[in-house]
Amino acid sequence: MNILVLLRMVPDVVEELEIAPDGRTLDTEYLRMIVNESDDHALEQALILKERKGGKVTVLALDAPDVDDVLFSAVAKGADRVMKIEGGDGGVTTRAAAGMFAEIIRNEKDLQPFDIVLTGVQAIDDLDALVAPILSHRLGLPYLAIVTKVTPDATGKSVTAIREFAGGVRGEFDVPLPAVLGIQAAEKPPRYVPVAKVRAAMKTSKIESIGVPTMADGGQPLLDVSHMRKPVVSGHAQMLDGEPEDVSKKLAGIFTERGLL
Amino acid sequence: MHDPAAAEYFGLPGFAYLWLFALVSFFLFGRRVWRYIQTLIEARNEPRWDQIPRRLGVFGLDVLAQRKLLREPVIGVAHFLIFWAFVVFAVSFFWNLIRGLLPFLPIPYADDVSWMAAVLTVMGVLGLAALIVAAVRRYIFPPAGLEKSGDATLILSLIAIVLLTSLLGQATKESSPQLAQALWWVHMATVLGFLAYLPYSKHLHLLASPFGVLFGALQPGGIPPPSEGASFRDDFTWRQLFSGLACAECGRCERGCPAFQSGEPLSPKVLMHHFKELVRSPSLVRDGDGVIGNQVQQEDIWGCRTCLACMDRCPVANEHIPIIVEMRRFLISQGTVDAHLQSTLVNLTRYGNSFGASPRTRAKWTQNLEFKPKDARKEKVEYLWFVGDYASFDARLQPVVQATARLFHEASLDFGILYDGENNSGNDVRRVGEEGLFDMLREKNRHAFDKSSFDRIVTTDPHSFQALKNEYGESNGHVQHYTQLVDHLIDDGKLTVGKRLGIKATYHDPCYLGRYNGVYDAPRRILNRIGVEMVEMPRNRADSYCCGAGGGRIWMEDVPCSKERPAESRVREAAALPGVETLVVSCPKDLVMFQDALKTTGLEDKLVVKDLVELVEQSCRPDKERVECPT
Amino acid sequence: MSGNIWIVAEQWRGKLSEITFESLALGREVADGLGVKLQAVLLGHDVQNLSTSLGMADSVIYVDHTELADPGASAQASALAQLVRQQKPRTVIVPLTNVSLGTGTLLGEQVGAPVVNFCKDLRAADGHIVADCVLYGGKIEATVTPRGDLTVIGLWPGSRPPDKGRSDRNPPVETQTVTFADQPSVKLRSYIEPDASDVDITQQDVLVAVGRGIQSQENVALAEELAASLGGAVCGSRPVIDQGWLPLSRQVGKSGLNVKPKLYLALGISGAPEHLEGMKDAPLIVAVNSDPDAPIFNVAHYGVVADAMDMIPTLKETVLALRG
Repeated sequence: MNILVLLRMVPDVVEELEIAPDGRTLDTEYLRMIVNESDDHALEQALILKERKGGKVTVLALDAPDVDDVLFSAVAKGADRVMKIEGGDGGVTTRAAAGMFAEIIRNEKDLQPFDIVLTGVQAIDDLDALVAPILSHRLGLPYLAIVTKVTPDATGKSVTAIREFAGGVRGEFDVPLPAVLGIQAAEKPPRYVPVAKVRAAMKTSKIESIGVPTMADGGQPLLDVSHMRKPVVSGHAQMLDGEPEDVSKKLAGIFTERGLL
Repeated sequence: MHDPAAAEYFGLPGFAYLWLFALVSFFLFGRRVWRYIQTLIEARNEPRWDQIPRRLGVFGLDVLAQRKLLREPVIGVAHFLIFWAFVVFAVSFFWNLIRGLLPFLPIPYADDVSWMAAVLTVMGVLGLAALIVAAVRRYIFPPAGLEKSGDATLILSLIAIVLLTSLLGQATKESSPQLAQALWWVHMATVLGFLAYLPYSKHLHLLASPFGVLFGALQPGGIPPPSEGASFRDDFTWRQLFSGLACAECGRCERGCPAFQSGEPLSPKVLMHHFKELVRSPSLVRDGDGVIGNQVQQEDIWGCRTCLACMDRCPVANEHIPIIVEMRRFLISQGTVDAHLQSTLVNLTRYGNSFGASPRTRAKWTQNLEFKPKDARKEKVEYLWFVGDYASFDARLQPVVQATARLFHEASLDFGILYDGENNSGNDVRRVGEEGLFDMLREKNRHAFDKSSFDRIVTTDPHSFQALKNEYGESNGHVQHYTQLVDHLIDDGKLTVGKRLGIKATYHDPCYLGRYNGVYDAPRRILNRIGVEMVEMPRNRADSYCCGAGGGRIWMEDVPCSKERPAESRVREAAALPGVETLVVSCPKDLVMFQDALKTTGLEDKLVVKDLVELVEQSCRPDKERVECPT
Repeated sequence: MSGNIWIVAEQWRGKLSEITFESLALGREVADGLGVKLQAVLLGHDVQNLSTSLGMADSVIYVDHTELADPGASAQASALAQLVRQQKPRTVIVPLTNVSLGTGTLLGEQVGAPVVNFCKDLRAADGHIVADCVLYGGKIEATVTPRGDLTVIGLWPGSRPPDKGRSDRNPPVETQTVTFADQPSVKLRSYIEPDASDVDITQQDVLVAVGRGIQSQENVALAEELAASLGGAVCGSRPVIDQGWLPLSRQVGKSGLNVKPKLYLALGISGAPEHLEGMKDAPLIVAVNSDPDAPIFNVAHYGVVADAMDMIPTLKETVLALRG
């Protein structure tokens, strides 16, 4: 199975996000980037598929700070080929990013033929699009979102995918290949890769560089962000301070008041 | 008595029989031992040939003087006597054997030399007395961890026969030479049989352990040489495999092991037993299955706290912790880690701390201080204070870390911290087997050190202390634990004891301060000076009992255990001391662990846990006191 | 062009979702603000009867097709694109839920219109549409103005109370037909129902919810003890379910269940929007989290800044002592 995995870096919300003086973008001074969590799951699902069915995992990422670490760690985990789209001015919107991915997948002959494209179902900065649907439309491939499991069928021409709905209900889908899947979670949490293996990958493997493709639509954003702010909290919890014992007593009091005890 | 080797039996001279017995015995012994040696030669190398004089010194203490055995005095003395009786009788045996095999030699038998006979008699009697003590202990009052095995019975009996036949032989030499001669043969045959049986028995320790001690680890770090981990026999170093041969299964390790004592699956003794089998069984090599998942389970491997209790008390200098770390390295290399540990390692890789907090918030605790500690990267300082993760990020340690800062300030100490330039020291990272991550953290810290200007380092955390002092290579300079520094500050009059606290307290020796680095006196001296009446717990100093957090355990999910967890057992031990209301600690993880244990044991009304620094502040800055005295 | 506001009525397995009514309430405000009509688009197969609940809209556009029987982004987007090209609305509000995810982006892509995701509020200003969006897991809000004549809005649940979108009025229904190109697509083989043998967390008076901050499976057991002392059950946020520490049937939030217990005690849950969606309506929410800035405190009634693990045992003891 030839599997393409698309990775994007997003701001790490462990770090305090600051808004730039223009009031419309994030301040990049303290910004740290981390791989989009569901993209990481997409990679894990790809590796699981490879282990089960053989084949090749190619990872394609947009250039961003720290993306090299992520790509080398993908190699250490078992990815066969890692590529980075370089040369853009950074800060592209999701829609433009998806467009670039589509262009490259369509035009880079050595990425063909592929069986399946896996990427995260959604990212915390997907303001103007989700990647997978755009990709499926531009490549003319079937699309399924919120996938939590992918099992290859015997024919090799389709996979069975589990997708989540609401209320704990899931659906089992027959997905003809090639297809684009938005992965919510891999079958099991992403594996641990020891630092030594990542460092070894840095020495022995190479990140292939691809230039930013020229886009027919110019990749211009269709939205204007006029204002960014930290959420103004309309209501905030009444905070209870003190040692756990005191807090417990206060809480128990509240529970009793509400007739819960 | 006639010369037993010259006498004729069934038409052949005695020495012919002796030759036959000796050849068979030495052949059986030699074939077996040679196989062990071959296995060790084929194993991974681990150089242990350095510092011979120092090694001989350790040999003198731990083999000849039986230092570690004497830590359990009754059986220690008995073993001491049996050991020396064995040495004397071994000399006598070889003397007699050579004389018997080569009857033409113009020398007498050993027991025909009067002074030797006297020595043999004395050691024989003492040895037999010691055997009785050992037998009574083993069969009537067996300590935990000592199993009654047929093997032990056989060996004790054989030693008794050897001693008895010699004593009786001497006693009957004049009165009944025939009997003496028969006893001589029984004696020689028993020893030769013993020799042939020895390599198959756990009492191989009496041959192997002197070498184990001689080639033991001189620096207690518990960290094996660089490797990608081990599960297969050939992946282990010869010294690690050798531990299996040297083990006498005495159970001392189990009696000190926090995992075993809480009823968790790990037993360091059983681990050694598996290693004995690993060396003995030729089938367990690379092509076969690894040890992990077969003889040794993952719960065993992750159960270890690396507290060093087992290695510190092991009379034969076995290396349990390096073996555990090797196997952890193997599991890490396979990516086999539990979810909690995995997220911690990911946090450490990404943020340099185990809390997954933004590195920018590392020095947030300084915000409420009335002064701002210097940034050692920007200003020259005398002391670089390496604060550590727990003290920096855990809310429960804020009073401790702030008290430390105020005390240093009070003492006009020229100190600074690294702010967001500090990373986890990597001590526990290394001990969970993530050596690559340890290297990375060490590089980052060294980089921060290089950018800073300081003369000495002081740490809050004993784990960081061990790493920086002993595992950071060249840059280790002068690393102190804060208890050592505070002790000096009081000595030098920089900190003045204002108020004698007049409380009764006990002190818990942290593993990495005590056993690993021998710092026992500084904290006790400080407590004494600030007017704390010290009451020792039964398990103190080198026998201190681990809180259960070390070796990365604090980052892992708890495994089911059938008995009390280590920290719970420890707070009970402290609470049982008459009049003691304060348990003093000098390790951030101890504070966290023991405070939790007080809750789960319901001892909160009886005992409080205080960091030493909090008490020092009460005494040295009584007017500015922020922490309450225990009532 | 009609320039109307459309909302896509989300129906799944023969029922309209709550977000449909939230969309109607919001769409009504915007349409009135712009002085245009509000139309609801109902896609499905044999569900025309549902249109009677959509009276908050001025009219309903109904499309019946077997391809639309079960939710699927590709078919829905394709149907919507055909309708949009015909009728030229100015704004199409598509729910950003697990049932409809992907439809909005695909529609925008097919008709070349901007898409605004994570929208939590929408208003008309100077004849334009302005959206407020939740970004970076709720850490940042952005005000967004789309360019062009047509905008697709991916609407986040919770923008308006659903009751404001209900009406007794029976709206006029206009039936439209669409065609689907014959190309390979995903096929729903079967639904997998949640484990019905497990506790139904939607029926509990008290829920103790655990999140990433709980750290280990063993601690989930402690939370269960606490829940038992309160006479309730344990549920969890996505990370806890993904770790396999709790079954899917206990998941609260986007992919899981919406719950409204009398007491929702959130332990170590930071409060990602996906989770808040499933529990924000509980009448008493108590949150324990070590991060004082955790968004969960914005919806909770009482908050405690502490490690959840420090609170669980003490709270359990206190409750048990009170219960005798």
